[in-house]
Amino acid sequence: MQLHTIWFVIIAIFWVGFFVLEGFDFGVGVLHTIVGKTEIERRVALNTIGPWWDGNEVWLVVAGAGMFAAFPTWYATMFSALYLALLIVLLALMVRGVAMEFKGKSDGQRWRRTWMWCTTLGSLLIPLLLGVGLGDLLNGLPINSSHDFTGNFFDLLTPYGLWTGVTLLSLCLLHGSTFLKLRTTDEVRERARAAARPLGWVAIALVVGWVIWTRTVAGGPDVPQPCEVLSVIAVIFGARLAATDHDGWAFSASAIAIAATVGSIFIDLYPNVMVSSTNAAYNLTVNNAASGSYALKVMTVAAVIFFPLVLIYQGWSFHVFRARVKAPPEQTASPSIATPAAQT
Amino acid sequence: MTNDLARWQFATTSIYHFLFVPVTIGLAFLVAVLQTAWYRNDKPEYRRLTKFFGTLLLINVAVGVVTGLVQEFEFGMNWSAYSKFVGDVFGGPLAMEGLAAFFLESTFLGLWIFGWDRLPKRIHLACIWLVAAGAALSALFILAANSWMQHPVGYKLDSHGVPQLNNIWALFTNPTFLWGYVHVILASLVTGSLVMLAVCAWQLRKRREVEAFGQAARISVLVVLPVILLQMFVGNKLGEIEAKYQPVKIAAAEAQWENCQPCSFSAFQVGGGKNDETPTQLIAIPHLLSVLATGTWNGPVEGLNQLQKEDEKKYGPGNYIPNVFIQYWSMRVMAYLGSLIVLLALWGTWLVHRGTLERSKWFLRVGLVAVVTPFVMNTAGWLLTENGRQPWIVQGLMKTINANSPAVSSTDIWISLSAFVLIYIALGAADLMLMLRYGRKELDREDDAGSSDAAGKGATTIPALTY
Repeated sequence: MQLHTIWFVIIAIFWVGFFVLEGFDFGVGVLHTIVGKTEIERRVALNTIGPWWDGNEVWLVVAGAGMFAAFPTWYATMFSALYLALLIVLLALMVRGVAMEFKGKSDGQRWRRTWMWCTTLGSLLIPLLLGVGLGDLLNGLPINSSHDFTGNFFDLLTPYGLWTGVTLLSLCLLHGSTFLKLRTTDEVRERARAAARPLGWVAIALVVGWVIWTRTVAGGPDVPQPCEVLSVIAVIFGARLAATDHDGWAFSASAIAIAATVGSIFIDLYPNVMVSSTNAAYNLTVNNAASGSYALKVMTVAAVIFFPLVLIYQGWSFHVFRARVKAPPEQTASPSIATPAAQT
Repeated sequence: MTNDLARWQFATTSIYHFLFVPVTIGLAFLVAVLQTAWYRNDKPEYRRLTKFFGTLLLINVAVGVVTGLVQEFEFGMNWSAYSKFVGDVFGGPLAMEGLAAFFLESTFLGLWIFGWDRLPKRIHLACIWLVAAGAALSALFILAANSWMQHPVGYKLDSHGVPQLNNIWALFTNPTFLWGYVHVILASLVTGSLVMLAVCAWQLRKRREVEAFGQAARISVLVVLPVILLQMFVGNKLGEIEAKYQPVKIAAAEAQWENCQPCSFSAFQVGGGKNDETPTQLIAIPHLLSVLATGTWNGPVEGLNQLQKEDEKKYGPGNYIPNVFIQYWSMRVMAYLGSLIVLLALWGTWLVHRGTLERSKWFLRVGLVAVVTPFVMNTAGWLLTENGRQPWIVQGLMKTINANSPAVSSTDIWISLSAFVLIYIALGAADLMLMLRYGRKELDREDDAGSSDAAGKGATTIPALTY
């Protein structure tokens, strides 16, 4: 395999990893007000992702920076084309990231409410808009011969791109609910189970529709490809298992569903990295968008050294905090914890 | 117009980002020191101080991290022509930053926040050191990338005239990078310790927890003294290196229009900008510029007019002189405030020696105000280095005017610039409010009650819910 193909795969892995890991963070961010009726329960829900969400977000940073290093033209064209969409993503990432850290640091009801909605709204917008962007890569955007985007914001809102965005959002919500079920107890867990039911049906419908649509957009054979079939099977399993007590299996299934869906986009994209709707000759490909072979070699060495380390310590962090999150029992709860409960 | 707006946006977002970065790097180190002290001698004050300053660290990290995301995206969004041109070389260190540093910092920060009493003490201590290492490592890769823009090395031009990396080692041994990186780390330590000193000064003036905050104040004074002395030397050395590779930058910083030998240093002047090449020098120190720029008593310094002629010959017609006013004053702001910090550190060290630091009203008053200085100096430093490179975005290879995204209109940038400014004001206000609130809080009372066996009974007193 050539180096630029390897780097295409690495970047696809980072996007997949980002959606699998941060996907449940988004789901929890949106659902924490639904599974948590009291302030304590909402905090329980947010604390299920507490130690990890920041590290999970780095997968996106490395996906972006990896594109910059390995496919500068892809990075430049995509990021300047998706300008206003990425602006909203950035704003959402900012308020959401700060909200996680700031919300618990003051007791005012308005303060908490503001940051709570920042978390919800941010978690909703990011997967939706990134999904639109990924869909557009495959569907095609107006790109000229010098690989510059020639359209405007509304050209980004292609029906297929929007469908991809909504599909990924619904998968994140399902994924978040299976994650919450895995990580909580009692009422919060039951509410996550209840939420997973409708979310599961919606996700199944959207994924099936997405696979059919993708077949007409991506070209190639009319029958769904293995990875697309996998996403359909996994989302069905995820949705059905979410109703049972097999929390681990349900979570694994929703993780596979989201991975297979994002993975399919990249498989269908290859060897293009960005399709031009103006003229197929202007497509950005792994060949014409890639860095030189020396730069790719250096990056490969860096990835071989650091990526396994990342997997080890991030995996260890998941292992350390594997226990379910419970609200502290009333009598031993410290005053700062008891107060918010009294407020709601 | 679009280009100017893109520059305004990059300047605004990166200056803002760098208000938080040095606090993070510096405080992470100091919190690690405090926790190490607790680990070593088991005194509960150290544990309480660790938690106290750890909270201040977390508040800053939150804003530092999210504003860093903007920087990462901004190259592609606003500067796509630049990104296409430099990605082969410049993208590498950025991707390595994510892989090697950012993952490390954020994963172990999560482990540290949630790991109190869940991880063995030694492992938990290692976590905060890894956070500090991740933050410092992050700056390493970013500085390597930025130094390549100042002094491009380790590349060859391909058939289209685009730089291709051919020696990664050269990027990390670039003299601009080596001295620049040390400069940034020292600046971060100064920033972190002066933030810590200011908080301690406020607390000590209220006579709260005199023993604990007195100890923290002593630590910050003892960190800041060697660091600022070293910094004066390193900053000067960096100036010499830049005088070698970017002579225009340093000539502009001295508002030196004509060649000179020996060169006196203008300590304070009025005028000296673009249309006023004969400034009224109010204070001039003979030979000092020669010494600073060349390291010799009678060294020659080329003037801007001469350098402009040389650059025109080399690169064609154009203006190769950056804004001299910004250069001149950002250099002096750094040097003068740095000297004041040296005095403050010496004063503080003397008080530590006499054992009266906690009671010195005037020192505590000055120590509180001094917290502003590192932020002003850090900003001045980046103004000096980035403005001094203009009109180039990559010295000698690409001009800033050709670097912005052709696909992005000035309307787009107006929208994003206003959105960033608004949200940065909101985040800044929230951050400042929390810093003031937590900086003026009393030390954690829970640990107070159980101070005799804080280490043992932690498990029941640490809330299960952190967020």
